Amino acid sequence: MSTTKEATMVAPAPRRTVREPQRPAKKRRAWDEAPRWQIYLPLSIYLLFTLIPFYWILLFALRPAGSTSLVPWPMTFDHFEKVWTERSFGTYFQNSVLVGLATLFLTTVVALAGGYALARFDFRIKRAFMLALLCSQFVPGALLLVPLFEIFAELQMINSLGSVILAETVFQLPLSMILISNFIKNVPYSLEEAAWVDGCNRMTAFRVVVLPLLRPGLIAVGSFAFVHSWNHFLFALMFLNNQQKQTIPVGLNTLMSADSVDLGALAAGGIIAAVPVVLVFAFIQKWLITGFSAGAVKG
Amino acid sequence: MAQAAAVAKPPAPPRRRRASATPRRLPYLLIAPAALLMLGFIAYPVLSVFYYSLQDYNPTKPWRNGFAGFDNFVHAFTEDPLFWDTLIFSAKWVVVEVGLQLLFGLALALIVNQTFVGRAVGRAMVFSPWAVSGVLTSAIWVLLYNSQTGITRYLADMGIGSYGTSWLSDTSTVFPAAIVADLWRGVPFFAILILADLQSVSKDLYEAAEVDGASRLKQFWHITLPHLKDAIVLSTLLRAVWEFNNVDLLYTLTGGGPAGETTTLPLYIANTSVDAHNFGYASALTTVAFVILLFCSIVYLRLSKFGGEDK
Repeated sequence: MSTTKEATMVAPAPRRTVREPQRPAKKRRAWDEAPRWQIYLPLSIYLLFTLIPFYWILLFALRPAGSTSLVPWPMTFDHFEKVWTERSFGTYFQNSVLVGLATLFLTTVVALAGGYALARFDFRIKRAFMLALLCSQFVPGALLLVPLFEIFAELQMINSLGSVILAETVFQLPLSMILISNFIKNVPYSLEEAAWVDGCNRMTAFRVVVLPLLRPGLIAVGSFAFVHSWNHFLFALMFLNNQQKQTIPVGLNTLMSADSVDLGALAAGGIIAAVPVVLVFAFIQKWLITGFSAGAVKG
Repeated sequence: MAQAAAVAKPPAPPRRRRASATPRRLPYLLIAPAALLMLGFIAYPVLSVFYYSLQDYNPTKPWRNGFAGFDNFVHAFTEDPLFWDTLIFSAKWVVVEVGLQLLFGLALALIVNQTFVGRAVGRAMVFSPWAVSGVLTSAIWVLLYNSQTGITRYLADMGIGSYGTSWLSDTSTVFPAAIVADLWRGVPFFAILILADLQSVSKDLYEAAEVDGASRLKQFWHITLPHLKDAIVLSTLLRAVWEFNNVDLLYTLTGGGPAGETTTLPLYIANTSVDAHNFGYASALTTVAFVILLFCSIVYLRLSKFGGEDK
């Protein structure tokens, strides 16, 4: 309890600097005021482009098969029922949630440890390690499918969700680590040192002083990891042959590559695939901008 | 940022040594999990790709397996027209896609950076496709482009185009159709990154420019754009690599068709290894793709003088 209190006493200074860019300036001047139509007109046109596809899939998911109406009325949930049970999307959904959460957790924890080392220490292989992180961005995961498959076969992990979780985590790690180390650099080291003087060890000082300030960054990185692994397709397609183990994108692909595509089922499956990420996204959107501007592109 | 790094630099002062028991080993312990994972699942596979690229390796034809020298590379460059076709298509795909995404993303970021009623909702809606997967994007656009029930039917009802057109199976329309589908998902990426960077432009600069009577266009050209430069360079590079490597969308939307018209090099490689089981040749193509990517990235960073102003 007392340690938390200390943290809140120490915290305000950096917290304000983190938040600052996001707060709309009170004194908006004429230079900031574009004519309203210059905002609303292009925005509306772009929104049409963004939203019509969403409406289209909703329409197909909700209207009865064979209907050509442009409004989803009479409304039916048959497609959802069918896709959830007959096409095993219920199972896929569970698998995807498991993969997404495990990837989120693993990526955040491993990247947090590594990011802290990169931000706070100078050590011999640091430059080489940073270079390796950057270079790994050019390694196409899709092109490593064959050797990765062989490794997982060797480890007897084919057809286990563990293979997908590991592969997703590994390819999320480099960028996550760079981002997190930048977030940590933005927290003044003196805050941690002050906590040590007060008798905290390094771990406690980190947990109490640094971690709360990393919240926007961690939310951005974590949601990235979740959304990526939720969406990613090739690893699951390659490493999971058992239908009971597959994930939602693989299920969608199966629906799409069928000889005669059941459009209603495909649309319903698509909605099921979209809902979690769109919800996550709506929730974290604010944090994303702050998180990025706090340390994304600048080293 | 430089200051933050400098603070960490001096080797452990006595105070710090007391704070943790093993200050010298600690950084290595902390990066160990990440380093091990990356060694095992990135470095080792990359090395084995290099190794296989010099081998004839095909599990379905084991009698031919063995050391091949540079035969695979020679074959790619001299005897395989598909290699050149797919490489050229990849370049076309990446340039058009990244260029358009940047253009629209920048415009969009500038618009939603203004203050207006409904900004939060507007941002959320505009950015939302970013979260959608390549496969789901394909599913959505398959529904839209479908010849019987897609958008073309309703356009035809209004007298635009003709009934029964399927844009994805016509060689003359498949490229723009796929480009638009990928734009739908790709523009928000740039918009988000650029919007984030716009938050850090000093307002004083605009006020000063305003006092000097600079027009909004001039302000954009002389203040906003230079500020965004590094972010733009880095995000276009990351995106270009990503667009080159990512096969989800084209694999599911067109399958590389019709008639191989939309097959990128990575898609060709995936087909070579997964369908044809020609791992040796696929590895050689992967090596070539990797070298091309690295080379283009270095040239791009040099040409754009990334981070140049600081030095």
